[in-house]
Amino acid sequence: MKRFESKKRHVLPGDFITTAPLRLQNNVVLEGKRIISTTIGLSDVSDDSVRVISLTGVYLPKIDDLVIGTIQYIQGNSWFADINSCYQGMLLGQDVFGRGSYPTKSEMEERLGKGDIIFAKIANSDRQREPLISIADQSLGKIDSGELVKISPAKIPRLIGKHGSMIQTIEGSTNATITVGQNGLIVVSCDETNGLLKALAAIRMVDEQAHLVNLTDKVKKMLESNGV
Amino acid sequence: MGGREANVVLLDENGIRSDGRKVNETRKVTIKAGVLKNAGGSAYIEFGGNKILAGVFGPRDVHPKHMSNPDTGILRVRYHMEPFSVDERKKPAPSRREIEISKVITEALTPAVILEKFPRTAIDVYLEVLQADGGTRCAALAAASVALADAGIPMRDLVSACAAGKAADAIILDVNNEEDQAGQADMPIGYMPNLGKITLLQLDGVLTTDEFKKCIELGLEGCKQVYEIQKSALREKYFSSGDNN
Repeated sequence: MKRFESKKRHVLPGDFITTAPLRLQNNVVLEGKRIISTTIGLSDVSDDSVRVISLTGVYLPKIDDLVIGTIQYIQGNSWFADINSCYQGMLLGQDVFGRGSYPTKSEMEERLGKGDIIFAKIANSDRQREPLISIADQSLGKIDSGELVKISPAKIPRLIGKHGSMIQTIEGSTNATITVGQNGLIVVSCDETNGLLKALAAIRMVDEQAHLVNLTDKVKKMLESNGV
Repeated sequence: MGGREANVVLLDENGIRSDGRKVNETRKVTIKAGVLKNAGGSAYIEFGGNKILAGVFGPRDVHPKHMSNPDTGILRVRYHMEPFSVDERKKPAPSRREIEISKVITEALTPAVILEKFPRTAIDVYLEVLQADGGTRCAALAAASVALADAGIPMRDLVSACAAGKAADAIILDVNNEEDQAGQADMPIGYMPNLGKITLLQLDGVLTTDEFKKCIELGLEGCKQVYEIQKSALREKYFSSGDNN
C-alpha cells in the first residue's frame, strides 16, 4: 500500500489519493478523512505532505513569482499589465520612478508604453485587490528583444525541470537565452535562427508532452537529432 | 407527461423498449474532451441522439461589474438549443425552458466547483445543443463538467448525470424523446459519484414512494456508468500517450 501511494499516479478531479493525516499542498482537498484531487494531474505523496501537480489550469499570482507581462494601459499613477491570469498586474509609478515621485502620464509612457513586455516579480497578491508587481531589481525590467511564447502555466515546472535540468539542456544545445515567467509566458532570444527555432520546438514539445516521464532525455534526443 | 401517443409501443412483452434497449440500459454515450481551441476547456458529448458541445471560458473579468463577488468567483451557464436541433425550427432566442435549464445546471455544478479560489471573477460555461433527442439537460450537465475539468477549474468531483423514469408502468433508465413524450415520469439526476452527493433532482410526472426510490437507485447506476465515460474521455486527452500508470 505504501509503495502504491508514494508512486506518482494520474488523477482526475474527485479521485481519492490517500487517507493519511498529511499536510495538504496544491490541488487537493479534504473530504471527511479522504484526501482527494481537485484537478487533472499527477499525485505526489511524500512523507509529510500531499499534492497534485496540475496538467491544466490558469495562472493564479503568488507572491515572489517571476512573471512576464505586457503593458496594457496606464491609469492614475500605475501601469496595468496582462500577466496571463484572470487578474491584471498593477505596477506602481513609484516602483519605477522612486518613492514620493509623481510622474506625468507622458513620462510614464516614455518609460513603459502600451505593448511593452516586462519581466516582473509579484510583490503582493491578496484576494481584495489586483496583484502588485514590481520591476525594482537588477534582473527585472523591460525586455527589449526576443520571441514571446505562451504555454500552459501548469507546465512551467516541467519546462524548468528538476534543479533547472530541462531549461539548461535546451539553453545549452541551442545557445538561446530563455526567460521563463511562472505565468506561462516565455521569451526566447537567440542570435542564430536555427537555434531559436530549435528552442521553440523544444518548448512546444514540453508543452505537448508534459505528462510523459523521461521528458528531458526525449528533448535532448530531439535537439541532438537535428544536428546541433 | 405530454400528450400520450397510443400507437407507440414503449415496452414490448420481452421487456424491450422502443429503441431496442433493456429497461436498465443507457443509450450509447461518447465524450471527447478538448475539442475547441479557443475555449479554456471544452467537451463534446453524444448521448444517444443528443449532440452537445460545451465550452468553458475563464476565470475572467465579470461584466457587468456589479455581478462580481469580492469573496468568490461566480459560475454562469448558458444552455442554448440551436434552431436546427429539433424537428421544427426553434426560435434562437432563449426560451423559458432554456433559462430554467441554464439555472438548474448552474446549481448542479456549483457544489462541485471550488469557486472561492477565484474572487471577483466569472467562469462561463456555454452549452450548445446541436441535436436534441430527450434528456439534453443530463447530457449537457455531463459535458459541462468534463469541460470544466479540462479547463483546469478546481473541482471536488466530476458531476455525472443520467435520467430515470417511468414508461408503460415500468421503471426505466435514460429516458429518450419518445418515452419522455408518451411516458409517465422523467427524473433527471445529477450526481457526484466519489462524494456520493446528488446535485440535481427533478421530477416531471407522478411516482409512488416505492417507484421514486427505485427510480433514484436506477438513475444513480446510470450516473456511475456516465462517470466512467467522463473519466475515460479526460484520461484519453491527458494521459493517452503516457507511459506511467
